[in-house]
Amino acid sequence: MITGLLSLAVTAGIFIFLAILLLIAERYLVNYGSCLVRINEGSVEFEQPGGGTLLSALYEHKVFIPSACGGKGSCGYCKVVVLEGGGPLLPTETPYINRSEAKAGVRLACQVKIKLPMDLKLPEELLNVREFKARVSLIRELTHDIKEVNFELNEPTEIKQRSGQYIQILAPGPDGPVFRAYSISSPAHENHKVQLVVRLVPGGIASTYIHNLKEGDEVTFTGPYGEFRLSEDPGKAVICVGGGAGMAPISNIIHTIYQRWPDRPCYLFFGCRTKSDVFYLRRFQKLAEEHPNFKVVYGLSDPLEEDEQWDGDTGFIHLSVDKRLLVKQNRQAFLCGPPPMIEAVTEVLQDKGFKNEDIFYDKF
Amino acid sequence: MNPTPILVIFIGSIFTNNILFASFLGMCSFLVCSNRIPTAIGLGGAVTFVMTFTTAFNYLIYHYVLVPLHLEFIAFIIFIAVIAAFVQFVEMFVERFSPQLYYALGIFLPLITVNCAILGASLFMVLREYNFIQSVTFGFGGGLGWALAIALMAGLREKMGYSNVPVALRGTGAVMLIAGVIAMVFMGFAGMMSLQ
Repeated sequence: MITGLLSLAVTAGIFIFLAILLLIAERYLVNYGSCLVRINEGSVEFEQPGGGTLLSALYEHKVFIPSACGGKGSCGYCKVVVLEGGGPLLPTETPYINRSEAKAGVRLACQVKIKLPMDLKLPEELLNVREFKARVSLIRELTHDIKEVNFELNEPTEIKQRSGQYIQILAPGPDGPVFRAYSISSPAHENHKVQLVVRLVPGGIASTYIHNLKEGDEVTFTGPYGEFRLSEDPGKAVICVGGGAGMAPISNIIHTIYQRWPDRPCYLFFGCRTKSDVFYLRRFQKLAEEHPNFKVVYGLSDPLEEDEQWDGDTGFIHLSVDKRLLVKQNRQAFLCGPPPMIEAVTEVLQDKGFKNEDIFYDKF
Repeated sequence: MNPTPILVIFIGSIFTNNILFASFLGMCSFLVCSNRIPTAIGLGGAVTFVMTFTTAFNYLIYHYVLVPLHLEFIAFIIFIAVIAAFVQFVEMFVERFSPQLYYALGIFLPLITVNCAILGASLFMVLREYNFIQSVTFGFGGGLGWALAIALMAGLREKMGYSNVPVALRGTGAVMLIAGVIAMVFMGFAGMMSLQ
């Protein structure tokens, strides 16, 4: 009995002693103090208690870096240039950062922990990214699995986007909220609303969330992000190739073009499987009647049913592109769709004389 | 009291009685973390550090607290608690001063806690009735021996990347075979001296 109590007392005593030693060690080892984070030579500056990740610190201070995985280091979107104070490149980052990026100091913001004063370089545009609160104003079903969702901006009420950019919508996930990227389909001049075209992905966190939204629901998103850059030269022809929900940035680009340059030449190639996947066709045909330089080609990849009527193309969409485009200069292309389509179309476009810097694509 | 001279304990615990190759303790992290030499040396260093200090600390607790109170039977629990605390400390230390190593070691850093080589060193110390200096020497030598073993293996595995290993043996299979062969080589040292 006494031995039992004694052994308990000794065990507890030693455990407590060890715990105290650890607490002391923690106080001196884990405490990094407050660190100054400077962005773009001081255009944004803030003090941050050390220890946390750079991504969450930036988010706290309203600097929104694209990130789709929620800081797990699995999407590779949250790249920032750390000029000073980032420490060595970590093994969790190496899969996403190639050698020349590593030389330039590119890091994944979700993996870098703030331990020293830091000096960062971000594209100026990212500093213009805002967090928006918006309300669903209209939902339309385009096909059996694609919905068009319109948001009216509440706070702030205006968005400044370049055509083809995307937003990141906050969706509740099973392990906490996640951000998912969707291209904006409303044209740049409609700056009080954001429209998305979303395909329901079975088991997808964000697409399920968006498809279950009802009119009047509140959502939060950040944006705009993205590298799509529509040329300002009205003589430069634009070729858009898309499939499925890849319609979003393309619809944005085309409507923006014809609002600003009514005579600019533009080709739209859109690939679908069957007739039931076709949407927006009538709208674009009407636009083509008003603007003779606008050409619309929809292609069906599945063979037609026996009694089906279809006056568009058949076969994969890159074949239509190959058939209808001539080799010319001064053109830009925007591709948006599944990776095999993008690869096939890119090859065709290169054969037609496109330079790589004139081909913008978004694979999903 | 154990009469073995300190130098013999030191050399013996590294070579003839290498805790990994003679007793086959601490195999799990040895198998997994021996891909690259820097990682292996880092883990070896951490194990050496923990082993040296835990044998010292455990010696003091065992002989000045547990033996006088006749509580030798809770030695296992106490030893493990001390090891766990030291590993926590090492973890904080490594994260602060070498984040690269921290991420390379990943889960195996906290798992030093359950590295049987470390508990093994403390138990050998009790079994062989070492005094304090002998215990610390044994802990330090044992850690160095383990570090040497994993570094050797990592060197071989880096070279093995260029050779054509049969598919069925790739990874752990080949490592087990090589560990066996190295263990036999180390047995060659056993004729020189043997720790009791």
